[in-house]
Amino acid sequence: MVNLEVKLKDLVLKNPVMTASGTFGFGEEFADFIDLSQLGGILVKGTTRYHREGNPYPRMAETPSGMLNAVGLQNKGVENFCNDIYPRIKDYKTNVMVNVSGSLVEDCVETATMINELDHIPGIELNISCPNVKEGGMAFGTSCASAEEVVREVRKVYKKHLMVKLSPNVTDITSIAKAVEGQGADSVSLINTLLGMAIDAETRKPLLSTVTGGLSGPAVKPVALRMVWQVAQAVNIPVVGLGGIMNAKDAIEFILAGATAIQIGTANFIDPQVSVKVVEGIKEYMIRHQVSDINDLIGAINLK
Amino acid sequence: MKKLIQDFELVKYEELNCEHYVLDIKANEPLPEILPGQFVNVRVDNNNSVFLRRPLSIHNVDYDRNVIQLFVKRIGEGTKSLGELSIGATVSVVYPLGNSYSIPKNSKAVLIGGGCGVAPLLYLSKCLHEAGNEVTTILGVRSSYDAVGLEAYKPYGRILVTTEDGSEGEKGYPTQHSVLENENFDYSFTCGPEPMMKAVAAYSDANDVTCEVSLENTMACGFGACLCCVTDTKEGNKCVCTEGPVFNVKDLKW
Repeated sequence: MVNLEVKLKDLVLKNPVMTASGTFGFGEEFADFIDLSQLGGILVKGTTRYHREGNPYPRMAETPSGMLNAVGLQNKGVENFCNDIYPRIKDYKTNVMVNVSGSLVEDCVETATMINELDHIPGIELNISCPNVKEGGMAFGTSCASAEEVVREVRKVYKKHLMVKLSPNVTDITSIAKAVEGQGADSVSLINTLLGMAIDAETRKPLLSTVTGGLSGPAVKPVALRMVWQVAQAVNIPVVGLGGIMNAKDAIEFILAGATAIQIGTANFIDPQVSVKVVEGIKEYMIRHQVSDINDLIGAINLK
Repeated sequence: MKKLIQDFELVKYEELNCEHYVLDIKANEPLPEILPGQFVNVRVDNNNSVFLRRPLSIHNVDYDRNVIQLFVKRIGEGTKSLGELSIGATVSVVYPLGNSYSIPKNSKAVLIGGGCGVAPLLYLSKCLHEAGNEVTTILGVRSSYDAVGLEAYKPYGRILVTTEDGSEGEKGYPTQHSVLENENFDYSFTCGPEPMMKAVAAYSDANDVTCEVSLENTMACGFGACLCCVTDTKEGNKCVCTEGPVFNVKDLKW
């Protein structure tokens, strides 16, 4: 038997595999395909203080080894989440965490306050990195001062695990990571999507209604891996790695780079069973390499 | 309805013309109930530049043989590569996805399809026929060269054709067919290019016909997780993959 259990501070994950917000709905969408209790955790769809319609269609463009999206945080708001969705998903036998987004500090604070009251939600992922919301979102995550402010204010009201999701659209991601650690973040997750765009040469039109959007999929994996490695060396809190993970081999690479846990995102669209396959694949890797505890692999990249 | 992910085997490839082909894919176990208008999301494993699955309408279902038939138009890399698979190849399929067209009873229905939009209409005509409806299908194509596969519709009702060049059936668009002026229908069901569907919607509105359209928005997942395929309805953005692809035209902002 191998030990797959990892800890994000006090939050225990039965294994390091989580699913990324915005790619996994509320978990319900995947219940036909997998047993959710086999996952370390799920991050549900980005939730804002108030209802958001999101951006107009078209919101997605396939790109080489990846895709661009510009969904724009479509969701029904935190009250709807607490009243309608939470009762349906609260008994999942995995860590159900809510991705909290907003363009104003006070909105993030109010959303976090309401979610703090939900007994079966052990943590939130504060999204300071959405590239698809006009008024902000990513703006929080691209300067140390604004990242510090939103994390400081949310920390005052949110008592459980506070994970902060970082934007890769910055010059030095380690300075942002250190800034949010300094304000009491319990962990950081990275990376959110990379800002990109696509044009149809025939029609000369952009492929997204918003012109620019967030790039995800294997195309971003080397960038994500580099950033996870840099951040893991810069902070003392756990790092959750994501960006283009398609299989167990990719997941192991992030763990070797210093990630305590990983999230699977875009791959869920192509294979809705991929998350549990990654759990199995990590086990097989450990057996093959005679590693009995997954924690021995965290940051175990061999640089010699 | 429970959604499945299964490996199918490609058992038949039929070239209709240089643009269109029909694939028969076979499951290893009995098919679940499949409703007319539903679709499959197919993985294209024989082309590394195709990243996402390709959503394809279900053209016909053979429960006895566990076979689903797909009517495909070569539009890009994905649909081109699917047409190059060898017989016996494995095809990963997520299905059955989406809602369905309504199946009334003992009504008079007209099915109007243009181009590749004819894909879901064969299975729909079969289901409507079995429920005791009188079925008329009008297929609009460019010329007689594109008027392929018509025989398949004949067991389920009347099949009419319009061609843009007048080389077969009536000349013009399917929405200009004389049967729409000469007869009354209770329901219209359509799939195809948006201008054609909007013309069907206008005809239906003017003649008090209940009209359902099937949309083909681009999507990543096909089961309501990515929220990429939305259409703007009177109740806000709705996912075409889960709340569609079939919509009553009165719910859309057309």
